[in-house]
Amino acid sequence: MKVLNDTRTAFARELGPELRQPAGLLFTMLLPFLFLALFAPLLSAAGPAGGGTGTSSSWQWFVPGMLVLLALSATAGAGASLLNEMFSGAFERMLVTPLNRVAMLVGRTLKEVVILLTQALLILVLLLPTGFRLHPLGALAGLALLTVFGVGIGALSFALALHSRKQQTLFYGVQQMIFFPLLLLSGVLLPITQASAPTWLYVLSRINPATYVVEAERALFDGRFAETSVLYGLLAATAIAVLGVFAGIRGMRNASV
Amino acid sequence: MIHTRGLTRSFRARGETVEAVRGLDLDIEAGSVVAFLGPNGAGKTTSLRMLTTLLPPTSGTAVVAGHDVMTDPSGVRHRIGYLGQGNSAGSNFRVSEELITQGRAYGLSRAKSRTRAERLLTAFELDGLTRRTVGTLSGGQRRRLDIAMALVHEPALLFLDEPTTGLDPHSRADIWTHVLRLHKELGTTIVFTTHYLEEADLWARRVMVVDHGRVIADDSPEKLKAGLAGDRITLGTADRADAERAVELARALPIVHEVTADGTEVRIRTPHGDTQLPVLLRNLEAAGVRALTARLTRPTLDDVFLSLTGRTLRERADAAAPITTHDGA
Repeated sequence: MKVLNDTRTAFARELGPELRQPAGLLFTMLLPFLFLALFAPLLSAAGPAGGGTGTSSSWQWFVPGMLVLLALSATAGAGASLLNEMFSGAFERMLVTPLNRVAMLVGRTLKEVVILLTQALLILVLLLPTGFRLHPLGALAGLALLTVFGVGIGALSFALALHSRKQQTLFYGVQQMIFFPLLLLSGVLLPITQASAPTWLYVLSRINPATYVVEAERALFDGRFAETSVLYGLLAATAIAVLGVFAGIRGMRNASV
Repeated sequence: MIHTRGLTRSFRARGETVEAVRGLDLDIEAGSVVAFLGPNGAGKTTSLRMLTTLLPPTSGTAVVAGHDVMTDPSGVRHRIGYLGQGNSAGSNFRVSEELITQGRAYGLSRAKSRTRAERLLTAFELDGLTRRTVGTLSGGQRRRLDIAMALVHEPALLFLDEPTTGLDPHSRADIWTHVLRLHKELGTTIVFTTHYLEEADLWARRVMVVDHGRVIADDSPEKLKAGLAGDRITLGTADRADAERAVELARALPIVHEVTADGTEVRIRTPHGDTQLPVLLRNLEAAGVRALTARLTRPTLDDVFLSLTGRTLRERADAAAPITTHDGA
């Protein structure tokens, strides 16, 4: 089928340079790495999950959030590469080919997700010697949820890049404006509860879809499936993915005749 | 190969509507080499972008390689090659990767993409660079790669938007050697824009002069130059009286466009300066007018543009002209 073939072509193109320079993977992993190394050990006994420093429960609470942070920081910048190609002429040359427009978006997004999953697995492997307990089925489900979330954020980033083709600054401005609030309001670093946060901040965090993804990841990586937080997280991630893919495809189609 | 009727495109810029292309009616037959010539902002690139399905026209129709750009863009894309003003190949990619991807984008099998890529690399003297990253190539090499990429699917029609801009004379000549060989061997129809006048003059068999979004002249370079600009004869005389008599004698020549005197200098525009000049000199001598100097200048396409618009191509289009926007150049 043409769409599948074209998706493979677009995906293979994007993956090529990554495979040649696997060290590039580490750069977009830097933020979660720094937090895991320099912040996680500070989580005290009075900390979020009630566990002591470096105990299994504090890792258990912190790591899933870091995976969401990874998904955000790694895929939110995905549009930057497309933006560069829009200005260099490489994207224009693709648009003149009969390559399917949906495939152009899906292929690029898939590459972002493959990179994300590789990075997430790398983090999990590196954490095995710590007190972090891996529940295989839960972790698998958690990574699946992370994939859906990554597809959404990556596709939204492409949509934003396509929308910013007349002024590059728009992309970076909007991306930064959304990225940090989304991150800080998701309770990745510290829990945002009714008791600990001012009401307005708590309300904002409940509006943030990333909050639900973080909570669902925490449940799943703890091996708990039958919780409403899992359902809400799945719904939030799916909504972002549907919105992102829809906006991205629209952007690709509008980029030419 | 290309047929357009009333093709227009307008842009909104700073609250104003700017008509970049106004009513383009083109008929370009297969096998021709056509140049779009005009100043910046004349609408050349916008026209090309409409013909290559990159930009939807505001109104009008365009049938390119037998397919309508609006109702069957995919049909057009399969049959045309396009070289934009930018760099087609991404700078982080390898030369061979981009060529093979391009073949795959046109639906060629992996094996076929690979053999086409190899053949093109040889034809464009890029073999030996296959494993290099595009960003490390020289300007000329990069442009050759871009053209090779536009040819992986062996299109019958090739659009080149300023193919040689920014290259050194040697690389420019090199690019044209490749393009013209392609035209000769495969009969590829070529439509290009350039702001190097001599390229339009040397390589195009048909030049369309574009200004303010309209085609204002359309013919072979020779006919344009002879008909619209003509040769220029410049005579130097000893005094004003001689100059005035020389003007009268020059006006009496069979086909003369324009005769002007400026002090002791007389300027004559005529389509056939090479045959007119000896006649004029004989007539002057017979009338006892002494010409001290005589100079014949062959016209350039810039002279054609000057006689059509009163401006040279080097000048920016005047204030009323469409302003150059990102996609309206």
